[in-house]
Amino acid sequence: MKDAGHLFRFAGLFVVAFLVFLMLRGFVVPKTFGQYGHYRGAAIGEIAQHPVKFAGHQTCESCHTDIADTHSKGAHAHVNCEACHGALYQRLPAPPQPKRNLYQRFLALIAPPAPPDAPTLLHADDPMSVTPVKPDTLVLCVRCHTASAAKPKGFPQVDPSDHMGGVPCQTCHNPHSPAIGSNAAVSPAAGGAK
Amino acid sequence: MNISRRHLLILLPAAAVAWKYVEAGTPEDSPNYQMSEHWWGMLINIPKCIGCGNCVRACATENDVPDGYFRTWVERYNVTDTNMTTPEVISPDGGKEGFPVAQEDAGKYFFVPKMCNHCADSPCTQVCPVGATFISPDGVVLIDQTYCLGCAYCVQACPYGCRYIHPTKKVADKCTLCYHRITKGLTTACCEACPTGARQLADLKNPNDPIHEFLKTHPVQVLKPQMATGAKAYYFGLDGSVR
Repeated sequence: MKDAGHLFRFAGLFVVAFLVFLMLRGFVVPKTFGQYGHYRGAAIGEIAQHPVKFAGHQTCESCHTDIADTHSKGAHAHVNCEACHGALYQRLPAPPQPKRNLYQRFLALIAPPAPPDAPTLLHADDPMSVTPVKPDTLVLCVRCHTASAAKPKGFPQVDPSDHMGGVPCQTCHNPHSPAIGSNAAVSPAAGGAK
Repeated sequence: MNISRRHLLILLPAAAVAWKYVEAGTPEDSPNYQMSEHWWGMLINIPKCIGCGNCVRACATENDVPDGYFRTWVERYNVTDTNMTTPEVISPDGGKEGFPVAQEDAGKYFFVPKMCNHCADSPCTQVCPVGATFISPDGVVLIDQTYCLGCAYCVQACPYGCRYIHPTKKVADKCTLCYHRITKGLTTACCEACPTGARQLADLKNPNDPIHEFLKTHPVQVLKPQMATGAKAYYFGLDGSVR
């Protein structure tokens, strides 16, 4: 037994190394790793916090009740607002960067400042001063309705040059309820592009 | 303060449980959203797709997808009567700006929107060496981009070609099924922007979701079923020539 001392010293070294490993592991492995599986559980919440840009038709309909009413009765009832008008979100212009002296630049290197705030849904926040650009029907409508053999046969299609000869679509059709003679009046004020 | 051995034995397990909660953090920030109550998928109705590219543009806007890369894209198939096995497939710029006009009498045409299939047994998550990509408890294949090394094993492993290495972040990127939207009760950006309802978000754990009735009454297929990936992008009207 007296010759076994070197074994105890080796075992002690092993235990110390194991404790160092556990300590390092505690620092290196993120706290939520393994919470749900072999990944960092907190990543799910971080991904869920990305900013929303398409606000959904319910947001638009909460104010534009008259157009929502016309729209719900027409052939485009299943086409959501942002399918034609684009995302409610608009990219904010980047704020001017304040000038930094050498010390502040060094600080920014070792501790980067927080990213700018998430973009806001501007038109919904300030509907009077921020108004989205109305889409050009000559571009918008033909994107879906240009005749092509590849499109489903039941889908309404026209040859743009033959059908309208350069006249904007909303001259005859209200984009929110496109059937000619439908209840909605055909006028730019009723929702067509100006 | 005197703590007896009995008190210590009572306190220790309670402290251990409390510490576990401290460690767990708060990953669910949508207060009314419970991951265990959902199992997400997508229904793609091919006969309704007109190839307008609205979904591709909406996805790029919503998720800041860089130009030339796609989280979702649309392919146009042209299958001639005498050549069913090697169709002509085009997808100019992912179908973002639509497709050229197709010729009559050149065979059968149809559009196939493609995206991550959010496989229940996804090959991409199995090959990740660091646990940076995973299937969330509600069935969405996600990427922890702060943890990803950018080794691209997952890009190679995906049988559907749905992943890419982000050109500036240098990490893997893909469709998240708009996880930041669906956890807030919204539908995905592609579904929101689709003018014909060719895409439909499906919650397979919600008994009131119309997906159940649709799956019961329609012939539905997934892409590459022989790969046994448990794909949850269900295609209605999928032609046999689609690979």
